[in-house]
Amino acid sequence: MTSRQLMHRSEAAVSIELETPGMTLNIGPQHPSTHGVLRLVAKISGERIDEIEPVIGYMHRGYEKLSEVRTYAQITALVNRIDWVSGFANEVPFILGVEKLMGVEVPERAQWIRLILTELARISSHLVFMSSFPLELGASTPLMHMLRDREHILELIEDVTGGRFHPNFNRVGGVKPVYGGGSKTKKQSMDLPAGFFKRTLKAMDLMEQSCRDIDTLVTGNEVVRARTIGIGVIPSDKALEYGLTGPNLRASGVAYDLRKVENYLPYDQIDFDVVSRTGGDSFDRYLVRVGEVRESIKIIRQAVDLIPAGPLQTKVPRVLKVPAGQVYSRAENPKGEFGYYIVSEGGKMPYRLKIRSTSFSNLSILPWILKGQLIPDLVAIMGSFDFVLGDVDR
Amino acid sequence: MNAWLELGITLVVILVVVLVSALVTIYVELKAGSHMQARIGPYYAGGRWGWAQPLADGAKFLQKEDLAPAKADGPVYRLAPYVVMMSAIGMFAVIPAGPDLVGVDLDLGVYFVLAISALATLGVLMAGWSSANKYSLIGGLRAAAQLIAYEIPLILAVVAVVIQAETMSLNGIVEAQMATLFTLGGMDIALPFILTGQIVGFGIFLVAAVAELSRIPFDMPIAESELTMGYLTEYSGIRFTMFFLGEYASIVGFSAVAATLFLGGYGAPFLPESLANIAGPFVLLAKVAVLVFVIIWIRFTWPRLREDQLQSLAWRWLIPIALVNVGVVATFKVVF
Repeated sequence: MTSRQLMHRSEAAVSIELETPGMTLNIGPQHPSTHGVLRLVAKISGERIDEIEPVIGYMHRGYEKLSEVRTYAQITALVNRIDWVSGFANEVPFILGVEKLMGVEVPERAQWIRLILTELARISSHLVFMSSFPLELGASTPLMHMLRDREHILELIEDVTGGRFHPNFNRVGGVKPVYGGGSKTKKQSMDLPAGFFKRTLKAMDLMEQSCRDIDTLVTGNEVVRARTIGIGVIPSDKALEYGLTGPNLRASGVAYDLRKVENYLPYDQIDFDVVSRTGGDSFDRYLVRVGEVRESIKIIRQAVDLIPAGPLQTKVPRVLKVPAGQVYSRAENPKGEFGYYIVSEGGKMPYRLKIRSTSFSNLSILPWILKGQLIPDLVAIMGSFDFVLGDVDR
Repeated sequence: MNAWLELGITLVVILVVVLVSALVTIYVELKAGSHMQARIGPYYAGGRWGWAQPLADGAKFLQKEDLAPAKADGPVYRLAPYVVMMSAIGMFAVIPAGPDLVGVDLDLGVYFVLAISALATLGVLMAGWSSANKYSLIGGLRAAAQLIAYEIPLILAVVAVVIQAETMSLNGIVEAQMATLFTLGGMDIALPFILTGQIVGFGIFLVAAVAELSRIPFDMPIAESELTMGYLTEYSGIRFTMFFLGEYASIVGFSAVAATLFLGGYGAPFLPESLANIAGPFVLLAKVAVLVFVIIWIRFTWPRLREDQLQSLAWRWLIPIALVNVGVVATFKVVF
């Protein structure tokens, strides 16, 4: 070893600075508050997050690719499973897009049934949020109460569609005939199960009660307020930049709701408000959802009054062939804008189906919003985003 | 009687009390919590009301493999649960359930209880440090931070009681609360400290005790939604059971201390002296049951605070209030 090298080494030894390296904390994919299999690689110093990188894809099921080898009727069964807490709402934009491509006119009553079931799915999804968000803050009681109340909604959905989570109820040209089915019975005589509207109205009363419950148990709770007010503030310009939609965007002061903007389903005949708040923090995101449950109750009550009589389906060819063309069809789902970009080359199957899923876009803000936050706040912020991993990874 | 035999009997009694009270508390939490959450809770084990559920859980835990991470600090990792359990047992050793029904009647009983209860946090810190798991480490350090923040108001609340009772013996404190304050219509009236100026101290003690027990809303060391299970993450089998039992025994232990210091311990109004040794345990048990239920009730009502919010609550509110409380009590003691 030459003296020069030695010198170099000794210099190096002298110039070593004592520093405390940060810790890399691997949150997930198996972690109680990542709603499944989201993984976050966080560089933390103490409990403060210096940098965070979400890693997704652990639940990638390849729905976009699978759709290319399935008929349109089969795809509705797939899209149910994207955001599984609001299965019905996922079907609607897809089926609307296919109908637009085919130029099929849908009977009024079927549209109203779609509207009612979408709103029921919205309530059920928001009730899941209202149960899981307090759980992430450490309160286990709202979980049980809200899931119990959601049962009323799921029973209604099951009553009509036969499925609790994955209804697979939409058909091109209407909704699935409820009773009997098959070609031998007359389609005109098939309708919603008897007493459905009465039970719906009763369930809406129960939902109002559960909104009051959550208000007394969570909204007014000092600890919840201390944990969420001013935590994870997203200004409206940032929210728009990162492409947030749905309640997450409306909590930041942008009253943008596709039910008002987009002309789909007979929402224009219904009087309802777009719930929005200006704070943009976790608490506001929670309040917007509670407010939306109340609005959905209002919408369903009006829809039950307004729904016209009539057939549930129009005649469509037995083998669906969608003419060549492309369409982007979107709808306001419980979690935000949900869209399908359908490209057809005129066959039984789509050439390409691009799914614009809500949670995926909503999560894109995570690295920005979680930077500099504490680990307990990470949980509070992520909980307030209300994402579903199936919706992120598709 | 042979001193060794006496010691043996005392030890067995204390161990039985610790285990039974922990199991009963676990059962009450399972069942009462279920009813608060619109559930039924344990139902089948034991044939009726699922009374044997804690036993069944315990039997299951005992069968599980006792795992330790490869990089864990072996001896420390294995010792930690014993430290927690020891601290719980130690608390029970000095709490009087009657004038003569006390494991060891120490002159410095209060001092001993506070010291031995703080030892549990040492076990938690050992567990967090030795588990070779980052979540455990964060949990353990949170527990340590919590201990420092909450031991002070806890001690200050007790100091006020000691000033009022003029003794540090737990038995003496109970007797001070049984002393006649005044006579009303020919009856000697004795009041527990909570009614004679210690209500603020009682509140501080209860908050600090909940924090020391790492119960919701102060369960940040465990915080399952943030740290999976905090310092317990890597534990399994018998060692997890010891942590679990120790935790629940400590709930009873702290409730018993609070009952002794503030609610009159084993003493009850109109209880003749001759019955004190027989009825005393039941009187104490009733008071402890109320406090344990309150602690369980809190758990099923509130979410958890953040560590820094807890620190600010302790340092900015509880400690000043506790100091003022000590001053006021001392002033009254000197003046009247």
